[in-house]
Amino acid sequence: MIPVDLDAAWDVHPQVSIRPEPFGALLYHFGTRKLSFLKDRTLLAAVESLAASASVRAAFASAGIPDGEIPRYHAALGTLAASSMVIERKP
Amino acid sequence: MTLLDTPRPSAAAPAPGTTTAPATPTQPGRLVDLFEFGLDSPICLTWELTYACNLSCVHCLSSSGRRDPRELSTEECKAVIDELERMQVFYVNIGGGEPTVRSDFWELVDYATAHKVGVKFSTNGVKITPEVAQKLASSDYVDVQISLDGATAEVNDYVRGPGSYATAMRAMQNMKDAGFTGFKISVVCTRQNIGQLDEFKAIADEYGAQLRLTRLRPSGRGADVWDELHPLPEQQRELYDWLVAHGDGVLTGDSFFHLSAYGSALPGLNLCGAGRVVCLIDPVGDVYACPFAIHDEFLAGNVRSEGGFQEVWRNSALFTRLRTPQSGGACTSCSFFDTCKGGCMAAKFFTGLPLDGPDPECVRGFGEQALEKRKEADSIPRPDGDHSHRTERGPRRDGGVVKTKSRGIPITLSLTRPDRPPVSACEENPLAGFDPRS
Repeated sequence: MIPVDLDAAWDVHPQVSIRPEPFGALLYHFGTRKLSFLKDRTLLAAVESLAASASVRAAFASAGIPDGEIPRYHAALGTLAASSMVIERKP
Repeated sequence: MTLLDTPRPSAAAPAPGTTTAPATPTQPGRLVDLFEFGLDSPICLTWELTYACNLSCVHCLSSSGRRDPRELSTEECKAVIDELERMQVFYVNIGGGEPTVRSDFWELVDYATAHKVGVKFSTNGVKITPEVAQKLASSDYVDVQISLDGATAEVNDYVRGPGSYATAMRAMQNMKDAGFTGFKISVVCTRQNIGQLDEFKAIADEYGAQLRLTRLRPSGRGADVWDELHPLPEQQRELYDWLVAHGDGVLTGDSFFHLSAYGSALPGLNLCGAGRVVCLIDPVGDVYACPFAIHDEFLAGNVRSEGGFQEVWRNSALFTRLRTPQSGGACTSCSFFDTCKGGCMAAKFFTGLPLDGPDPECVRGFGEQALEKRKEADSIPRPDGDHSHRTERGPRRDGGVVKTKSRGIPITLSLTRPDRPPVSACEENPLAGFDPRS
């Protein structure tokens, strides 16, 4: 698990393609040729909000994730970070 | 031939329970259960670009050899790629035949990658020159899979034909010299090569490649040699143990989920993805449920028809049926049904077994019993389409000729030296003289 600072800005890796599916979404990383799955549409909304958000916390808010559920989505994002699907935005 | 080479795909999911997302009617927790209902687009698909091949491997899934005059034109192929881009198919596994003998092959690869459709292509290595290897090494979006069915020339050439081992090794050397690391060495596991698994791994390590092991299917010409080549029960166990020991480091294209009844499930989805997450487009544009099932029974439609590939994928009667819950039949009561799922549909079909019964290679031996009964019934379906080379160019090195069973035609092992062009101008350009308007 890669630590994800909730107050830092993160992005989807530029080599990652996202495809929504009825159950959530599929992610494919063209660099590592690895596949990943989002098992939840809310998580998809959060991931898609990263680019336009100044922080992970802000992306979660714009996806409508209530404060009480942040830990679970935070952990899910950590899984994505571990496989380089999402990366920290460098200033 | 590839299905899914995604070792234990990672799933990012908040803990189950309180999702705010609109739940689909069937929302079980496991991905594999979700996938059984199909996806809006395939995760990946196999696309056989031509039936033309410089080799005549005895177990060829698609009975390749000669090109088919109806093969998709360059423009038609590009239209398919456009559609795959719209459907967000991440990558295609291109095969054949030998895809690189199409004169527009590199043009199509470039077109696909320029349209965000990644390419992994399977080749016997005949066109992988040092220059080609250099070009391939410079692309992030192209992966290469070189077929090798023996760790020694003797074992490999027995099924793939004289000179094919040397061709593959030369291609691998060119890839290594060009700095292309992580290309795939793809091995079909047979009775003759199960004992060479460590040697295959050593070859892969030496060339900086990744080993990929797949199952011998009784499809295409494979139906003729399956009885002779498919691994014996004790070899299945040896293979399973080897796969468990090597885990995620070796790809399998999810080939061996029927072996999971030996113990724990192997890495991968452990799901028959046919028509659910994968499919096959053949050289003439026919869409089949999977690369191992080229038969009318598994034909869903054609990319040339109205609505194209997307219509076939989303709405064909066959794929819709494959996405409904399947009956496990006699297997349902088996304690391993959850991971084995009754095994491979194509393997059952082409060995004449009922689709809702055990796999012919069922590790509990039920398949062998079923095969015995089948022999009495004598009702084994034949694979559709045969593009095998017709001319016999000589016996094998050991003097033997591999006979097909029902057709009685000897399968010819090519003696064409792989460093020469394929047999005719016609096969050099698979679309020579073909006018789709006429």
